[in-house]
Amino acid sequence: MAKIKAALIGSGNIGTDLMYKALRSPWIEPVWMVGIDAASDGLAKAREQGLSTTAAGVDGLLPHLQKDGIRIAFDATSAYVHPENARKLAAHGVVVIDLTPAAIGPYCVPSVNLSEHVGKGAMNVNMVSCGGQATIPIVAAVARVQPVAYAEIVATVSSRSAGPGTRKNIDEFTRTTASGIEKVGGAKRGKAIIILNPAEPPLIMRDVVHCLTEGEPDQAAIRASIEAMLAEVQKYVPGYQLKNGPVFDGRRVSTYLEVAGLGDYLPRYAGNLDIMTAAALRTGELIAEEIAGGRFAAARRAS
Amino acid sequence: MNLKGRKIVLHDMCLRDGMHPKQHQISIAQMIAVATALDAAGVPLIEVTHGDGLGGASVNYGFPAHSDEEYLRAVIPKLKRARVSALLLPGIGTVEHLQLAHDCGVATIRVATHCTEADVSEQHITRARKLGLDTVGFLMMAHMVEPQELARQGKLMESYGANCIYCTDSAGYMLPDDVSARIKALRATLEPGTEIGFHGHHNMAMGIANSLAAIEAGAGRIDGSAAGLGAGAGNTPLEVFNAVATRMGILTGVDVFRLMDVAEDLVVPMMDQPIRIDRDALILGYAGVYSSFLLFAKRAGAKYGVSSADILVELGRLKTVGGQEDMIEDLAINMARAKKSA
Repeated sequence: MAKIKAALIGSGNIGTDLMYKALRSPWIEPVWMVGIDAASDGLAKAREQGLSTTAAGVDGLLPHLQKDGIRIAFDATSAYVHPENARKLAAHGVVVIDLTPAAIGPYCVPSVNLSEHVGKGAMNVNMVSCGGQATIPIVAAVARVQPVAYAEIVATVSSRSAGPGTRKNIDEFTRTTASGIEKVGGAKRGKAIIILNPAEPPLIMRDVVHCLTEGEPDQAAIRASIEAMLAEVQKYVPGYQLKNGPVFDGRRVSTYLEVAGLGDYLPRYAGNLDIMTAAALRTGELIAEEIAGGRFAAARRAS
Repeated sequence: MNLKGRKIVLHDMCLRDGMHPKQHQISIAQMIAVATALDAAGVPLIEVTHGDGLGGASVNYGFPAHSDEEYLRAVIPKLKRARVSALLLPGIGTVEHLQLAHDCGVATIRVATHCTEADVSEQHITRARKLGLDTVGFLMMAHMVEPQELARQGKLMESYGANCIYCTDSAGYMLPDDVSARIKALRATLEPGTEIGFHGHHNMAMGIANSLAAIEAGAGRIDGSAAGLGAGAGNTPLEVFNAVATRMGILTGVDVFRLMDVAEDLVVPMMDQPIRIDRDALILGYAGVYSSFLLFAKRAGAKYGVSSADILVELGRLKTVGGQEDMIEDLAINMARAKKSA
């Protein structure tokens, strides 16, 4: 079956890493990369790989959408720019996978709710946050065994892997992640904490998930559920690892994780960025499969 | 050292940093009793929140007896002269928490980041300043960075709108020369109108000496805590510092005897354990480890049968920063496993 053609919006770290992953995809063929800085390394790397590029932002891509057959776009710009990008692309019938915290569309955490997106025809899907991609699967693994009254995650990332966008609006991370813990993870109440650590050499992303269950935790069932979930996530993020736990202490269930990246464009310690690009690609592949199979029908937009 | 005639603002920490040794369980009645007594003694500024700041209520840091809002609404109306401050760590608390603290009547917001990560504080400092609050940039674990870099980070916070920048010795690691170099670098870099503060921990018993060094180098605000109630071996004991400062002719405006009474009669009886430089607290200071890790390491050590001292040394070696309490159980499990297989 022919691959579905895709554009990458944003030529920074995330967009470039995503390109290398997409080049290996059996379902997606990246054909365009969009930037705003003609001298950016990402655009140069894209040209090296034979992609068309523009430094004129999304407007530079719009005239080419139809003739180049682009059906999917990955937006790795910022929450400030995303709404406008999404509007322009949707008007041309392009499905947008949003890697920014703008969170206009429904959340997708592939290992948890990818199948829920099948047949929905959403024109915009949001990837929550790096911490959300790393931790929501574990919250969901506990919540599918028994009700979780409260889930809290602590994501620790190396300072080098936290870009200016994250730093300027760190509240967006805590807010979006907490909301994802509730809406996708299934906890009644969610809380997210993020810590930046400047140690050299940079530390590999670590994540801790604390769940408070309603009633005594069913230890055997939770262990098995977490194990199955780890295998699911490892399908698209091989460096996703359980370091310790689950620790059971009263109603507290704590799971200690480490996320190493593949090192495509970003260094291996930046598992926080890698898990975003891997999850976004996985989501894009599902949509590509639907489009290729003639099963994708765009949902009628509310506005 | 001649500091005669210098005017210094004392800022009490026992109802915020003191929440750490109290595992965030200070009662509303105790909060009111201590705060009103500090007020009566003339302490101008009192911090009240969860030990880890606004929004700190969590599994990771501990759930408090009452919410930040309950504490603030109970304490603030009872004070005659003193103003109340709240701490906020971006990544834990958000601008919504900041707004709430403002609505409760907080006068000062202290936005705290690790000493190299000032740029995560922009949205919080900007908002605090817009609300007209006394806005402090609080650079934690300041021993981990060279004076020039600390000054550069302070300058960032100043550019967002902070009117006071703190050199925060979260680990109680610094010696007077370390403090002096950092305060001087801040003074040389910041605008003349920007105040400078110092927050000490007493893990190496340097709280008083370091605070004096800070004043000599240009600091105008000094943090301390009645009876030292604070994380690790506690903060600079405020009643002691006030007595020393008064003897030296520093103008604090705080009554020496009344502050002694607050410490002795109200704060010491509240303590769950003596606040002293025990072996673990000394390791915090010696190895440069975040003071709030102390009780977490003691508990994890006891639970997993490993030495709390070893846990703390390892936390220092790994260059952990404030807020990484989640590392402690993880490390203790690893150490117990290694011990078993040895």
